[in-house]
Amino acid sequence: METLVRENRNAVQRRAEQFVTPVASVVEDGDAYLLKVEMPGVNKEGLEISVENNELTITGRRDLAQIEGTLIHRESRTEDFRRVFELDPSIDTSKISARIDQGFLTLTLPKAEQVKPRKIAVS
Amino acid sequence: MSIIRYQPPQTLAFSGFDRLSNLRDELDTLFEMPFWSNFGRQSQLFSGWSPALDLYQNNDNVIARVELPGMRKEDIEISLHDGMLTINGERKSETPEGDKAERTERYVGKFRRSISLPTQVDANKVAANYRDGILTVTLPKAEEAKPKQIKVDVA
Repeated sequence: METLVRENRNAVQRRAEQFVTPVASVVEDGDAYLLKVEMPGVNKEGLEISVENNELTITGRRDLAQIEGTLIHRESRTEDFRRVFELDPSIDTSKISARIDQGFLTLTLPKAEQVKPRKIAVS
Repeated sequence: MSIIRYQPPQTLAFSGFDRLSNLRDELDTLFEMPFWSNFGRQSQLFSGWSPALDLYQNNDNVIARVELPGMRKEDIEISLHDGMLTINGERKSETPEGDKAERTERYVGKFRRSISLPTQVDANKVAANYRDGILTVTLPKAEEAKPKQIKVDVA
């Protein structure tokens, strides 16, 4: 069993600001891991992704148009999204890329060269 | 949480633990919201996918806002029947064949969400917009349902 991405919950709790934990999935896709995060109401401008000491922090700030009128039924949360992941050293943090489409973030976490399967030619 | 290599079926038995972060949010929501507001929406923990829905009204419109991240516009269907607004659709699994899901919290598949509207609306003028994973449905109130000011002349 190998731990690749571990959530670091203490890092979230240390901050005073309130956040919601977004729903996330991890998929292994050949030479990379895809981290998919649901953040409805967040677009490119509201997204902050940082990696520090193998700690990946994703913050999504909602950009919701104000609706004029009275709220009569509410199920959504108003807080912004934040989730912190601890990355395994086998992930090449310098090559992480991100894309957000309809409030759905896809982060590509490429595996470092040394962990990719390699064929060694025997002479 | 930790992402571990796929190990069927032992890991599946423990998938309940993976949902703990969701459980925490659900509990927070439960305490923060008025008691009645959770009626009509079953907990996602037990029943799969039920998108969050907010309902607003003003003098002219009833407005519904639904969180539907990562959908295609074509896969969302809105219908109106007997004063009941229904939004249904299907989210297809975006994991291509051959990829291994290390861990997944995301729901895929069909969903259906209904809510009864507080007033009569004009079904022909319903407009919908899907942006940043949020569906906004604007339902203009029927003329007879709009608040009217009646002037009474005092003789």
